[in-house]
Amino acid sequence: MRVNVTVNGEARSADDVWEGESLLYVLRERLGLPGAKNACEQGECGSCTVYLDDVPVCACLVAAGQVQDREVRTVEGLADGETLDPVQEAFVQAGAVQCGFCTPGLVVAAHDLLRRSPSPDDPEIREALAGNLCRCTGYEKILDAVRLAAAKRGA
Amino acid sequence: MSQPVRTPTDLTSAVAGGVGESPQRPDGNLKVRGEFAYSSDLWHEDMIWGATLRSPHPHARITGVDLTEALKVPGVHAVLTHADVPGANACGVEQRDQPVLAVDVVRYQGEPVALVGADHPETARRAMERIVVDYEVLEPVVDAEAAARGECAPLHASGNVVRHVPVRRGDQSATAEVVVTGRYEVGMQDQAFLGPESGLAVPAEDGGVDLYVATQWLHVDQDQVASALGLPLEKVRLALSGVGGAFGGREDLSMQVHACMLALHTRKPVKMVYNREESFYGHVHRHPAVLHYEHGADRDGKLVYVRAKIYLDGGAYASSTAAVVANAATLGIGPYDVDNVTVDCWGVYTNNPPCGAMRGFGAVQAGFAYESQMDRLAGVLGLDPVEVRLRNAVREGSTMPTGQVIDSAAPVAELLELVRDRPLPAATGGELDLRQMPGGVSNTTHGEGVVRGVGYAVGIKNICFSEGHDDYSTARVRLEVVGGEAAALVQTAACEVGQGLVTVVQQIVRTELGVQRVSVLPMDTSIGNAGSSSASRQTYVTGGAVKSACAAVRARVLELYSRQTGTGPAEVGRLGAELRGGKLVSSHDVLADLADVLGGDAVDETAEWRHRPTEPIDPETGQGNAHVQFGFAAHRAVVDVDVELGLVKVVALDCAQDVGRALNPQAVLGQIQGGSAQGLGLAVMEEIRTKDGKVRNPSFTDYLIPTVLDVPPMGVDVLERADPHAPYGLRGVGEPPTISSTPAIVAAIRAATGLPLTRVPVRPEHITGT
Ligand code: FES
Ligand code: FES
Repeated sequence: MRVNVTVNGEARSADDVWEGESLLYVLRERLGLPGAKNACEQGECGSCTVYLDDVPVCACLVAAGQVQDREVRTVEGLADGETLDPVQEAFVQAGAVQCGFCTPGLVVAAHDLLRRSPSPDDPEIREALAGNLCRCTGYEKILDAVRLAAAKRGA
Repeated sequence: MSQPVRTPTDLTSAVAGGVGESPQRPDGNLKVRGEFAYSSDLWHEDMIWGATLRSPHPHARITGVDLTEALKVPGVHAVLTHADVPGANACGVEQRDQPVLAVDVVRYQGEPVALVGADHPETARRAMERIVVDYEVLEPVVDAEAAARGECAPLHASGNVVRHVPVRRGDQSATAEVVVTGRYEVGMQDQAFLGPESGLAVPAEDGGVDLYVATQWLHVDQDQVASALGLPLEKVRLALSGVGGAFGGREDLSMQVHACMLALHTRKPVKMVYNREESFYGHVHRHPAVLHYEHGADRDGKLVYVRAKIYLDGGAYASSTAAVVANAATLGIGPYDVDNVTVDCWGVYTNNPPCGAMRGFGAVQAGFAYESQMDRLAGVLGLDPVEVRLRNAVREGSTMPTGQVIDSAAPVAELLELVRDRPLPAATGGELDLRQMPGGVSNTTHGEGVVRGVGYAVGIKNICFSEGHDDYSTARVRLEVVGGEAAALVQTAACEVGQGLVTVVQQIVRTELGVQRVSVLPMDTSIGNAGSSSASRQTYVTGGAVKSACAAVRARVLELYSRQTGTGPAEVGRLGAELRGGKLVSSHDVLADLADVLGGDAVDETAEWRHRPTEPIDPETGQGNAHVQFGFAAHRAVVDVDVELGLVKVVALDCAQDVGRALNPQAVLGQIQGGSAQGLGLAVMEEIRTKDGKVRNPSFTDYLIPTVLDVPPMGVDVLERADPHAPYGLRGVGEPPTISSTPAIVAAIRAATGLPLTRVPVRPEHITGT
């Protein structure tokens, strides 16, 4: 089948998509956008988090056909050209990135949190990021990054 | 053949930040933008997909394989079996005892049997369903203790014992006034790195292959791949792709040979990516262990003797079991000074999943047992658990059970005091916030039945390779003028797996050569061996190699200066010339601009560097200077336990660790906190559960790793007691915090519940007794 979808503000289409393919597969293997990651492909890790019509979803759980004529925003679409989004900048500065495989998903999840709640307290941050696994950092620096991003956005 | 896309690029940073500072990672921006090229992101316009058919049985004879129907599936390019392995059908990181593809017997569930290359992953999956393998199912060997005693049918020609290491020190029949015994169990933990096993193999014009892959050790992979393909080393070129974590689980081969076989057979680039379920079958795990301990002490709690028998289940193939056994044995009594020691450790073959390297590597299993014993001893004597440890703690100059004298800092007592003296977290209470309760927003308790407990532990880990291993790394450093400014380039084959080695090597070059702009080349096998990114060794060994290459570059620069200015070498030496801030300086003067000295020349030096040698241990007594350095960490855990439901909330997990010298303080914290969290996972959540050799929970739905709700705030005290033998005095950081975290948490749960709790992970039913 053919899938037409707006990705990061651009109209895109993918041909010969097999019905069983996920949005994650289409992004990564057909549209050249491997930013969303494939750590579990079963909705457990959050590494594939993208916005679908402005709502964060696990791209691995969305069937390709479901995104027809809809809008997707991936981690690649967060920065403004060379200028990182404050969440991205904070992740680098706080040392929240080690292997970085969780990072794209966490960046999108944190970005979404701060849009909804500009100055979250720690329990709120933890709740918002509870669906995103990180195996490297123990999360302390990720919490630092979200606090820092909130401060940057507030500044 | 054209180049694949999404392969790693040079990482260049032009910022301040030498040794001891925390400059940003050179790959950080790429990673937060989603543009860092991981091995599962690799892509080639002509590529096909590889897939692996695996055994459903833990132990079976293969009586027939029929590929006919699979080959008929449209879109299938190849279906391969052991008969298609071009070279030696044998791999293994220490012993080559594992077939690339099974021949006539399978020894674990998930063992690779056949390969498919197809135009789409789904095509490959459908073709695999049509491969007919006839199995004659055999009784699996699953009891490690029985295997060690020789009571099971041998799974390999050498029998079922991979290695037995005895350690004997002092009086073997010592007696003591106070004796505590215990039997402990450690479940099988998974590394659970997030980036799945993956890579791309591209057939080359010369009949060789270029393999882009996520691994921990390029050269040991290259050796095995070349031997399996029957190709000379130079025809098998490996390049590191972005690695999504490792923790030991990438030390053995996964898809490396398989992708290359398919690529050479089809003459097409082949991409392989495991999904999470396959990943659980596709790499080795932490050895599950059964540990029997007896501690004898005097009335003051001073240890008189320790006796231990440790059984490590290595599963179907050797992997790094032999080295894990040596660690568990030689570090088996912990960081304690004991005159009389009898330890025996066995690593055995069974039909359980193969086990090998995971962060902590044998020291974790022993650590849970010896720390549980120290608490038991404290309990019997009515002593404070920290006090009993302080009375026995090793220090610099202490002798290990192997006879090895600890010849640099060993501030074990101080680490324990640091965690003990940290303020305790406030009691949960006041306004009810379910998120702070055991059970969380499941709303299982509002505080009723919740008891708090505090526990302590300390651990010891060897740093770098041990037992006489020729442990070295290779680094190339090039210095030249770029855009009017002196800039450096550094190349190694040392795998960046997330730990931040790329940052550290840049820092070393800045410190040594006084330049800001440093580029790190992608890692590949075009340069010499760097050894593995394991054993907490890369900053030590590859750091040492980079430092040494910088020294060679500096010497050449001084030669240039000497020649240009006619200053004799002796005179240059007397000036104490150094490279700083892009200049050549003496102790009180600027001698020259580095860019002027270099002019149009590039100075390019490669150095091989090894740490001081270690010795093998005596096979009868375990005596010998087997280790190059020891690392120590201590933890204090605070837990709230809902004793009615058996739910545990870890409230605080503070750590103190001696790192010798923190080359990058931010990265050091990241290692300590990440390691502590993995220890938390082993304490209360993580276990690959097997039944009759079959894995029951190969998914992140059923194998739980800690989320941000499970991991508490982690305060860290970092000590910097320089080790004079190590570059910059550093001490390997990655593993020690993984060792003491687990027993500290279990000690806290015991303190809260009064239960003996002799097995990790502690599950709710262990607490409720139901
Ligand atoms: S890859 Fe989608 S949730 Fe894990
Ligand atoms: S940084 Fe590696 S998984 Fe989060």
